[in-house]
Amino acid sequence: MASTDSTQTGGGRAHIPRRTLRTDRWWVGPLLTTLGLATFVVYATLRVFQQDHYWVPEYHYLTPFYSPCVAQQCAPEAALFGRLPVEFPPLVPYALVSLPILLLFRLTCYYYRKAYYRSIWLSPPACAVREPHRAYTGETRPLMRLQNGHRYFFYAAALISLVNTWDMLIAFFHGTGGGFGVGLGNIIMLVNVVMLWTYTLSCHSCRHVFGGRLRSFGTHPVRYWMWSRISTLNNRHMLYAWLSLATLMITDAYIALIASGTIEDLRILN
Amino acid sequence: MSERVFRVWRGSGEGELAEYRVEANEGEVVLDVLHRLQATQTPDLAVRWNCKAGKCGSCSVEINGRPKLSCMTRMSVFDEDETVTVTPMRTFPVIRDLVCDVSYNYQKAREIPSFTPDPEKSPGDFRMWQEDVQRQQEFRKCIECFLCNNVCHVIRDHEENKEHFSGPRYLMRVAELEMHPEDTADRRLIAQDEFGLGYCNITKCCTDVCPENIHITDNALIPLKERVADRKYDPLVWLGSKIGVRPKDTPPVPNVGSHSDRT
Repeated sequence: MASTDSTQTGGGRAHIPRRTLRTDRWWVGPLLTTLGLATFVVYATLRVFQQDHYWVPEYHYLTPFYSPCVAQQCAPEAALFGRLPVEFPPLVPYALVSLPILLLFRLTCYYYRKAYYRSIWLSPPACAVREPHRAYTGETRPLMRLQNGHRYFFYAAALISLVNTWDMLIAFFHGTGGGFGVGLGNIIMLVNVVMLWTYTLSCHSCRHVFGGRLRSFGTHPVRYWMWSRISTLNNRHMLYAWLSLATLMITDAYIALIASGTIEDLRILN
Repeated sequence: MSERVFRVWRGSGEGELAEYRVEANEGEVVLDVLHRLQATQTPDLAVRWNCKAGKCGSCSVEINGRPKLSCMTRMSVFDEDETVTVTPMRTFPVIRDLVCDVSYNYQKAREIPSFTPDPEKSPGDFRMWQEDVQRQQEFRKCIECFLCNNVCHVIRDHEENKEHFSGPRYLMRVAELEMHPEDTADRRLIAQDEFGLGYCNITKCCTDVCPENIHITDNALIPLKERVADRKYDPLVWLGSKIGVRPKDTPPVPNVGSHSDRT
């Protein structure tokens, strides 16, 4: 038994010098998150600046990292909305219109905010683990107020998802020698588009716009129904955020390998 | 029955961890062991508790660094040879041993403007749809254990923010009133300007520690942030309200800070 003077009362918060008394491996989550985000950022950066291996003319495969392709150098068939009359200099992404929007959509996403505030900014690195910063202002400063524009990036990202959906659908009608055809590339693009839509539609801003902002659900049954469906998706927003990152990389890598002649597309039908 | 090693915070804020060897039985929770300590070794150990059923929110402490209710933390979750460290909540001043002064929370509760129905309606006129009741009901499950406010790094790691930040518990209360179909007040501006919603960086620790499994972040804080964005940061919503496409703002709440212009 220890002997301690416990008659002392008052004196502010418990002065516990250790940053945390947690005994579990709380650092694993932030570490994995950082590694996952870093993998995507490095891969995506290398690919969007590569300006090559983005298009498979035989099967009409266009990687999502180059869609919509707007540079003068884009293959004409790959440019859904036409091409700008200027050649893009080296290191300028061909999908200059969509990539900044998609980046901002994910940067301002409520899930990714949690991920990078915790894992990269260490604010806090994990629950009940003291953060290293002396002061904290959260999202009150002008630059951080940009986070409140998430809904606009959601609207724009939904439009870009429509473009990706078109890219995926049109590829089904470019089988070997023309006509309907299905290859592994089509399947991968289809899965990617499904993941992009689940991530986009499970967004918290989407949930708010479709019904969350109402004071009364009872008087808006259709919007309540939509809000309920979106809420079901929203419960797994984190999962869809990661799956859609993974499918984006897999789709791009597969198309890049075919476009560069490294592998042949596995055809299932025509 | 087996002997376990407990380290328990003793004294005030300047206190220290004291080590005890104490017996624990199968099926017991941490609070049972603290009571055995009181009964057998240290009768002056201060522990706040009440229902022993996870419904009163009194026995909030930190167990091995994690904010928990001591009455709901089974001893079986620890290894036989694992030392169990019990400390008071870090965010609030210690009165003695494991008992904290949580008056910060009551003060913040009082600052929230109460339910403000349409003065033209009498209570018997209210009719709520089941969907709207269910939405509110989740927030009403709160047992006010204050684990969410305790774990929130905004005030846990930066005590100076206490003045400007009400914590997840009371921002959830603001969200609940904002979503009430019979409430007519507009709390969106004060949520941001006076209760400190902008400090929240939605890292979800409040949700993680909630013993009632309330989705504080997803169902209260983020929807409230979106409502604040409607009111303060969305130019299209502002334009819509000016040209009559969106409803005009409801009046701000009366008698609160700089927004007391409804008289």
